[in-house]
Amino acid sequence: MNKNFLLKMSFDIEGNNFNAAGAASSEIKRKLKQIGLNSDVVRRAAVSAYEAEMNIVIHAYKGVLTVTVSPGEINILAEDEGPGIADIELAMKEGYSTASDDVREMGFGAGMGLPNMKKCSDKFEIKTELGVGTKVSMTIYY
Amino acid sequence: MKLSEIKDLLQAEILCGKNLSVDIKFACGSDLMSDVLASCKEKAALLTGLTNAQVIRTAEMIDISAIIFVRGKRPSKEVVEMALEKGIPVLLTKLPMYEAAGILYTNGLKGTSEVDDD
Ligand SMILES: Nc1ncnc2c1ncn2[C@@H]1O[C@H](COP(=O)(O)OP(=O)(O)OP(=O)(O)O)[C@@H](O)[C@H]1O
Ligand SMILES: [Mg+2]
Repeated sequence: MNKNFLLKMSFDIEGNNFNAAGAASSEIKRKLKQIGLNSDVVRRAAVSAYEAEMNIVIHAYKGVLTVTVSPGEINILAEDEGPGIADIELAMKEGYSTASDDVREMGFGAGMGLPNMKKCSDKFEIKTELGVGTKVSMTIYY
Repeated sequence: MKLSEIKDLLQAEILCGKNLSVDIKFACGSDLMSDVLASCKEKAALLTGLTNAQVIRTAEMIDISAIIFVRGKRPSKEVVEMALEKGIPVLLTKLPMYEAAGILYTNGLKGTSEVDDD
């Protein structure tokens, strides 16, 4: 990644804390808008960050969401300590979700998060280890 | 369609937002926020039966123009305050989702899939 970053911010995300959920992405969106990136780029980054943040809240124990803006690109990195994903190919399918009914009642668990994160970003990478955690990296060029 | 027209058609109550002359280009409806995030476009109105803070977060992320809570489900004061802070108008209608959507649609408010990407 380009070391000449223009902006870098990191947020601790707590698993299962639905009150705080989305606060990090809200701040990320505000900052990206503030530095004058165009609205489509801001929106794609905000959606990617928010879905990644929600996945940590819903599926993991805790994690860190880091956004780095370099000339020409935004990177969003979501790293968590959690159960990991057994079958990534399956998890990437639209509609696949292991979320509980409780989570669904809160408006999540459509199984649309990961596919949408991939759609919103120009480069999408996911690494996971069962019983350890998951790392999702998304890059958006601007 | 102006937000004021939506308010009248749905006999809705305004929970926050002063400017009812904002133009709503299209609408989408869902109780699942990831569906909304994946299919809704900016400047759309969002119809939902979900009333928690994640609705406001979702609306904020994709620049939703207005939120319409359906089937009379009233959000908490905190949720309305959050919308106010983000500058998103919020309406509440007693009508269930299907009927609210049907009324808006037959009055010419299109769905988000019917609009071309810029
Ligand atoms: N960080 C993670 N840690 C562990 N499992 C995950 C993680 N992210 C996703 N998964 C698994 O992949 C599945 C699909 O994820 P995705 O984000 O697409 O859908 P969802 O979170 O279940 O629902 P939605 O995102 O629509 O609210 C999840 O149900 C879960 O099983
Ligand atoms: Mg998800």
